[in-house]
Formats: sequence, C-alpha cells, structure tokens
Amino acid sequence: MKYLCLVYCDEALLHSLPDSPEDAECMAYAESIQGSGRMLAAEALKPVQTATTVRVRAGRMSLTDGPFAETKEQLAGFYLVDARDLNEALNIAKGIPAARVGSVEVRPVRELQP
Amino acid sequence: MVGEAQVRQEVEAVYRRDSRRILATLIRLLGDFDLAEEAMHDAFFIAVQRWQRDGIPDNPRAWLVSVGRFKAIDALRRSARFDRSQADLIMLLEREADDPGEQTLLADDRLRLIFTCCHPALASDAQVPLTLREVCDLTTEQIARAFLQSPATIAQRIVRAKAKIRDAKIPYQVPELSELPERLESVLRVIYLVFNEGYSASAGEDVTTRELTDEAIRLGRLVAQLLPDAEVHGLLALMLLQASRQRARSTADGELVLLDEQDRSLWDRGQIDEGSQLVQQALRSRDFGPYTVQAAIAAVHAEAPCAEATDWDEIIGLYDVLQRHWPSAVVELNRAAALARRDGAQVGLQAVEAILQRGELGDYHLAHAARAELHRQLGNLDQARDAWQQALTLTRQGPERRHIERRLRELG
Repeated sequence: MKYLCLVYCDEALLHSLPDSPEDAECMAYAESIQGSGRMLAAEALKPVQTATTVRVRAGRMSLTDGPFAETKEQLAGFYLVDARDLNEALNIAKGIPAARVGSVEVRPVRELQP
Repeated sequence: MVGEAQVRQEVEAVYRRDSRRILATLIRLLGDFDLAEEAMHDAFFIAVQRWQRDGIPDNPRAWLVSVGRFKAIDALRRSARFDRSQADLIMLLEREADDPGEQTLLADDRLRLIFTCCHPALASDAQVPLTLREVCDLTTEQIARAFLQSPATIAQRIVRAKAKIRDAKIPYQVPELSELPERLESVLRVIYLVFNEGYSASAGEDVTTRELTDEAIRLGRLVAQLLPDAEVHGLLALMLLQASRQRARSTADGELVLLDEQDRSLWDRGQIDEGSQLVQQALRSRDFGPYTVQAAIAAVHAEAPCAEATDWDEIIGLYDVLQRHWPSAVVELNRAAALARRDGAQVGLQAVEAILQRGELGDYHLAHAARAELHRQLGNLDQARDAWQQALTLTRQGPERRHIERRLRELG
C-alpha cells in the first residue's frame, strides 16, 4: 500500500533547535529509503510564506496568499512510500530526521476508483 | 449418525472453548474482522448439521477454520463488490489451505489479535473495547455497562477502529523484536486498564466488576503463556495480588473497606501465592519494569499478617525504585502515605503538601483524601474537613463517596 508521510513542523524552529536536522542528513535518509526500494517520492518544501492557495467555486478560480490553514505547525515536506503495511510505513516515518523536531502524519493513499 | 442433542452440546462446548482462537485465525487468513466473524458463525452453523451426518471430527477447531475459510471464499465470490483484489485474496486463501506450516501459526493467532487490537495507531479509547469484544468475546452491551457508556458509543468506537485496521492496513502480526518493548507496553496498558475498570470502577455503584477483573487476568495469563516476558509476569502478579483482596474490600452491602481494616482471612491465598511466586520470578530476571515493582509492593502487603506488621521500610524502598526509574506524582503520593505510616503523620503530610504545592494531583481525589486523613491524625480537624470536602467534589464513584461522607460525619 502507498502511504504519504507528511512532515509538519513549526517553521520558525525547524532549523534552529539543537536536534534540528541538516540537509545532508535528510538527503542521506531519503537515499537509504530509496535503496530499500520503498521510495516513490520525497521533497522538502519552501516556507509557507511562499504558498498560494487555489480554490475553484462556480467555475471561477480564486487565489489567496498563504497556506490553506493557519496553524502552529506547517507542512515542511513529504515522503510518498510503498510499504507492506502500516507498521512498515511507521518505521520509515520514525526515521525521518525532522520527526525529532516536528511530527509526521502517516496517511494511506486512497486508490481512485475508475 | 450422531444424535442432535449430543452434537449441539459438542458445538456449544467448542464455541465456548475455541471460538476466540478460531476467530483469531480467520482474521489472520481473511484480513478482515467482519468477514471473519461472519465466516466463523457460518462454520458453527454448518457444524450442527454436518457433524450429525459425518460424526464429530477429530480436530473440531481445524475443521471449523477450514469450513469458515471456504465459506468466506464463497461469500467473496458472490459479493457484488467482487474485484481484482478479492480475486487475489481468494487465490491466496486457496493456496494457504494446503500449507503445512499453518498449524504452527495457529497458537500465535490470539497473540496477533491482541497486538492488533492494542495497536498504538488506534484511538486509545477504542483499544480497550476492541480487545474486550474481539479477544474476550464480551458483547457490546456488557462493555458499555462496564464503562458506563451507551452501547452505541462503544459500538461506534469499535467500528471506527476496525475500519482503520482495514483502511490503513494495520498488520495482523506480533511485532518484531525491535518494536516489541513499546508495543508490549501498549498491550499491558490495555490489560491493566481493563483490570482497573473492573477493580475500581471509575464511577457507578459497584466497587468491583468481577467480570472485567477476571477477563484481565485471563488476558494476562494468555500473554504470559505465549510471551513469557518479565513485565508480563509482573503485571499478572500485580493483578492477582490486587484481586486476592477482592472479597475483603467491600462489605456485604457494597461499602468500601480500606486495606487497614480488611479481614485478611478473606484474602485469597491461592492468588497471593501465585502472585508472589511470579513477582520473585520477574525480579530475578533483572529485566523487569514498573508493573513488577508495583506487584512487589502488593506482595509485601499480602505477606503481612495484620496492617501493623507491614514492612514499611521494604515498601518505601520499592517506591524509591519506582520513583527513580518511572517517576510519577501518583507514585510519590503513595510513597508519602507509606512514609506517614513509618515516620508519622507530620512527615507524610509534608510530602503530600509538597506534591500539591507543585500544582500536581490537585484534581485527584485520593491526594485530598490522604491529606484529610493525615490532618485528622494530627488533630487539625478544620483542615481535615476542608480536604474531605475537596475529595468529595472530585469523586463520582458511589461507594467512595459514601466512604468520604462517613469520614466527614465522624469529624462532627
């Protein structure tokens, strides 16, 4: 099953705590998941100040500056993995370096029914 | 031909003895709680007729699992939502039917089921009802009554948990060794919650709900049998030692009797002996945890012929061990109570006040009860009255409320 691991963190703290991961460590971890054959995609995101939210209502698009929801923690990155079951996905999530300063939400991917 | 009455009797006996094991195996094979439950009931239904014609099989459990599996294959084939993934499942099921390795798996199926029901990814208020429903076969109504919830609430929690197991694909397995400590912790927590809800129902009229304490001990034995870990023995010991006082801790009309005032001849010696032996065994392993130390404390109480003869040095030493490795304000409160017994009410009261002054346990009725009792012993009747009043506003359980009210009346 595919799982999306969403990495949330208070952006102000993501790179400033003693436990904060360096890019090199994040890259090494992503490569290790790649090596195990479970990786589908993973990216880190630019800060929420760069976010734009799109809505389409009655055929009209509206744009707003900023993220969909103003919260204390922001989406900082994601891993899309292919795991045998939730336990395996949780094991991958546990190793994501940013889990030490933020949190990782693990969500199974819903296959669209054609 | 076998007589119908005899067959029905046998089927009922097998149901009572083995239905949870059969269900656990079918859940592993089918990967779906509801499908497995349906398949199991189909299998028992068919057994009533088939066993009359063909005789009772040598291994009724294996027979029922096998029939349940084929009924599930039939049901899947007929199902309107038949799709590719179900075709795969059927293939897998048909292949596994001939797998000789399967017998060795059977014994572990209930353990798998417990680990699944207590998976930390499930809502914590669903783990207990799900375990009681699936592993212990309590009905939703029984669980609702025990936890003073409506059956609809309990049913909804169970349904949601089952949906998450299916949709997020929570596996049906005993965790790997590296994950075992934290996963086992969750299983033991659920078992102890079941026990405690039975032993000191958090609200309502009964001091104990025997059914739940018995189920918790049964679960503890089951896990201990399949996974002989020191803390599992520690928890089983703790439950046995606490349960040993069950007959002594309430009067015939349901009033609470405190440890000091209990008639110790009513304590269950069998449970005490078994519990004490398990504690010793767990302590020797050197790999024990907080349940084992709490059990050791309960064992010291159990060994004292009367309250005055309790070895308070030993008890305080054990609380020190608990506080050093697994610190908590409740442990500190219990240690303070033991301290009061050994070194006097004034010393104990200072220790209790220190916890409350830190802003901890302010809404825990037993903290105020301890404070009240110690003030009374010191002759500070006004403070004692205030503390009992505070304790009273914080407890919902009938017998405990009446106990506090009695104490208040005694103060005049």
